[in-house]
Amino acid sequence: MTNRIWQRAGMLLVLALLYAGCALFVPHFSSWGNTEGLLLSVATVGMVSCTMLFCLASGNFDLSVGSVVACSGVVAAVVMQKSDSVIVGVLAALASGAFVGLVNGLVVARLSINPLITTLATMQIVRGFAYIASSGKAVSIAHESFFELGNAYWLGLPVPVWTCALFFVLFGFLLSRTVFGRDTLAIGGNEEAARLAGIPVVRTKVAIFVLQGLVAAFAGIVLAARMTSGQPMGSQGLELEVISACVLGGVSLTGGVGSMGAVIAGVLIMGIVQNAMNLLNVEPFWQYVARGLILLGAVLFDRLRQSRS
Amino acid sequence: MAPPEPLLAFESVSKSFGAVRALSGVSFALGKGEVRALLGENGAGKSTLLKALSGAHAPDSGAIRIGGEEQRFGSTQAAFRAGIAVIYQELQLVPELSVAENLLLGQLPSRAGLLDARARDARARELLARLGLEIDPRTRLGSLSLGQRQMVEIGKALARGARILAFDEPTSSLSQRETERLFELIRELSAAGHAILYVTHRMDEVFAVCTSATVLRDGALVKTFDRLDHAPRTAVAAEIVRSMVGRELSDVHGWSARDLGAPRLELRALEGPGLAAPCSLDVRRGEIVGLFGLVGAGRTELLRLVYGVARSTGGRILVDGQTVKPRSPRDAIAAGVVLAPEDRKKEGIVPVRSVLENINLSARRRNLKLGSVLDSTWERDNAALHIQQLAIKTPSPATPVRNLSGGNQQKVILARWLSESIKILLLDEPTRGIDVGARAEIYRIVQELARSGVAVLMVSSDLPEVLGLSDRVLVMREGRISQELARREASEEEVLRHALPLDEEVPA
Repeated sequence: MTNRIWQRAGMLLVLALLYAGCALFVPHFSSWGNTEGLLLSVATVGMVSCTMLFCLASGNFDLSVGSVVACSGVVAAVVMQKSDSVIVGVLAALASGAFVGLVNGLVVARLSINPLITTLATMQIVRGFAYIASSGKAVSIAHESFFELGNAYWLGLPVPVWTCALFFVLFGFLLSRTVFGRDTLAIGGNEEAARLAGIPVVRTKVAIFVLQGLVAAFAGIVLAARMTSGQPMGSQGLELEVISACVLGGVSLTGGVGSMGAVIAGVLIMGIVQNAMNLLNVEPFWQYVARGLILLGAVLFDRLRQSRS
Repeated sequence: MAPPEPLLAFESVSKSFGAVRALSGVSFALGKGEVRALLGENGAGKSTLLKALSGAHAPDSGAIRIGGEEQRFGSTQAAFRAGIAVIYQELQLVPELSVAENLLLGQLPSRAGLLDARARDARARELLARLGLEIDPRTRLGSLSLGQRQMVEIGKALARGARILAFDEPTSSLSQRETERLFELIRELSAAGHAILYVTHRMDEVFAVCTSATVLRDGALVKTFDRLDHAPRTAVAAEIVRSMVGRELSDVHGWSARDLGAPRLELRALEGPGLAAPCSLDVRRGEIVGLFGLVGAGRTELLRLVYGVARSTGGRILVDGQTVKPRSPRDAIAAGVVLAPEDRKKEGIVPVRSVLENINLSARRRNLKLGSVLDSTWERDNAALHIQQLAIKTPSPATPVRNLSGGNQQKVILARWLSESIKILLLDEPTRGIDVGARAEIYRIVQELARSGVAVLMVSSDLPEVLGLSDRVLVMREGRISQELARREASEEEVLRHALPLDEEVPA
C-alpha cells in the first residue's frame, strides 16, 4: 500500500521538496514576480506536454513539435501580414499544425513506419518550411489585438498560464475519463490486443498526432503573440524538453502508462530547476548539463521504482 | 553396493518472494538417465524451481547438488558452466544468425583471433547429426520451424557440455510430428546418461517420455512417483491429478447435452489466406463445435477470417442468417462475433493495465454517460460482477492483469466478451498453458455460455479437450476441412486419422 502511494505521489513529493528547498535557499524564488515568470516560462512546454503524453502513452513518439511551434508562429505572422486578419492568421497556423500531425499520423499508423524516423523527417521538413516562408528572418506582426493572446492578464496571471492550465484539465479529463484516452493507453499497452478487442487503432493514432499538431501550433501562436513576431529559428530542442518533462512525470516510453498529474509535476520540476539556476546565475552551458543529469536521474529512479513493484 | 550418487539433487530448497512462499523445503534427486516429470498447477512452484536450477533465483535456504557437490550459482552463466541447461518456451536464440552461429553462440572456434568458419561448420554439422536435423548449418535460424529451433536450442546446450537438461512445457508450440521427434531425442539423451527434468501440464506426455514424476503443490513437494509403470496407467494418472489439485477430478470437461437451435454461424465456401480449399461449416445456437488439426492446418487462419483480422477472398459468412462482411475485429464484434485469441499475452490482454480496464476494454464504449464520458460506476460494477461470476482470482480490480495467472487472464478475456451481447464465441486454444483446476472452470464457463444460446467454435490441439467438450468435431488438414464427426463418433483414432497428412500411416 505504501508502495502504491509512493508510486502515485512520488513525483509530487519530489516537486514539493524541490519547491520548499528553492524557496528556502534561492533568493527571490518565492516572490510573486518570480512565480509569475516561472509559470509563464513553463506554459509552452506545459501545453505541448499534454498531447505528448498521449503520444508517448500510445507507444509513439513525436520529434516534430519544436518545428511545428516555430512554423506555426511564422505562418500566423505571414498570413496576418498578407490577409490583414488576426482570425485568418490564427486559423492558418492551426491548420498548418493539424496538417503536419495528419501526415505524421497517417505515415505512422497507416504505413506502419517507425514514429521516431517519421517525425525526425517531418521535424526537418517543417523547420525548412518555416525558414522558407520567412526567408530565414523573424516576421514581425503589426496587429496589437493579437498580442493579447500572449501578454494580457486575467485574475493576476498572464493568459498563456491560464491556457496551459486549461489544457492540463482538458487533456487530463480526456485521458482518464473518455474512451479515446483509455484506448490510447490500451494501444500503448498492447496494440495487437487492442485491435482484437475492437479498438479503432489506426483512427485513434491519427487523432493523437493531429491533436499533437494542433496543440503545438496553438503553443506556437501564443509564443508568437508574446514575441510579437514569428521566429523560424525558435523553439529548437523544445521536443526534447517536452519529452523529458513527460518521462520525469513517469510516462513510460514503451507506452501504456501515464497520468496527467505526474506530467504536470514533471513540467514544473523542469521549470523550477531552470528558474532556480537562472536566479543563481548558473552559466547557460552548465544548465544543459544539469537538465541532462536530472533526466538521467529520473529514468534511473523510475527503473528502481518499477523493479521494486 | 551403495546406490550411485545422484546427478542432481535438491535438498530442502526454499524461496520466498515477499510474503509469498514460492518453494518450501523441496527435496528430490535425479539419477543418470532419469527423465523426471515435474507437475503441478500454475503457481505450484515449478517455474521457481527451474529458475533456482538455472541460477536466475538464488534459494533462500537449502542446497542444489550436482554430482554430490553443492552449487552456489551466482548467475545463469555459472549454472551453465556447471552443466545445467534450461530450455524455456521462449527460446534464447538469435533469429538473424545462422544455425551454426546459434549452436556455438559465445564459443565460436577461432584461429589466431579470427573466426574459423570451417571448424564452426564442422562442429555444427556434428551437433546437427546428433539432433537428427538434416539442415545446412549456414541456414538462417529465423527460417526454421519452431520445432527445429527448439532442437537447435537443445544442440546449443549439448555444445556447452550440459549434463542436466530442464524443459519448460516444450511441446506447447510443436506439431505432432515435431513432438514425436523431441521425445525421441529426449530418450536418446536419457540413454546417453543425461538427467532430464520435464515440466508439463499434459498427462499423455508424462507417460510418453518420462520415467518418474514429482508433483508440487503450493510450493511444496506433494508426492514423487519413482516409477510410472508399476500400476495401470489410468490409475497412476488419476493419482497424479489427485495429488496436483488435492481433489478428485472425475471428468474435467463436465459435458452435458444441450438443446441446439437454428444455425447461428454459417460459413459458405469461405476462401482466404491459409485455406487451401473453400470452407463451409455451421455452428448452431447452443452448440460447441471443436475444430481440431495439426499446427498449420489452417484452424487459426479460419478463425481470423471470421473475426475480420484477415480478409476473405471469396464465399460468405452468415450470422443468424444475415450475411456479414467483417473488415476488422470491430465489425465482427458489432455483428456479435468475438474471439479469445491463442496467444493471450501478445493478442489478448493489455498487461500493464488493470483487470478492470481489461474486462471493460470493449464494452465500455457502449456504456457512456452524457454521450462520451466513461461511466465509472458502470465500469466498477461490471468488473466486480464478472470477477465474482467467473471467480477471477485477483487481489483487486486495479491490479495490473500481467500479475494474474494464465487461467485468470483467460477468464478476464472471457469476462470482456461476457460484458458484450455476443452471438458467436471463437476460442483459439482456450486452455493452453492453463492448469487443471482453472481449465475445469473455463470449460464450465464455455458450456454455460453455450447453454445461454451462444454458438461456440473452438480450435484446440488438445485432443482430450476437443473430444470432451465438443458436441461435434470438425477436423482440418492442410488448409481444408477433412471430416465432420458427431460427438459419439469422435474417437481419438478417428480424429487423428483425418488430421494427419495423407501420406502418413496412422500409428496403431
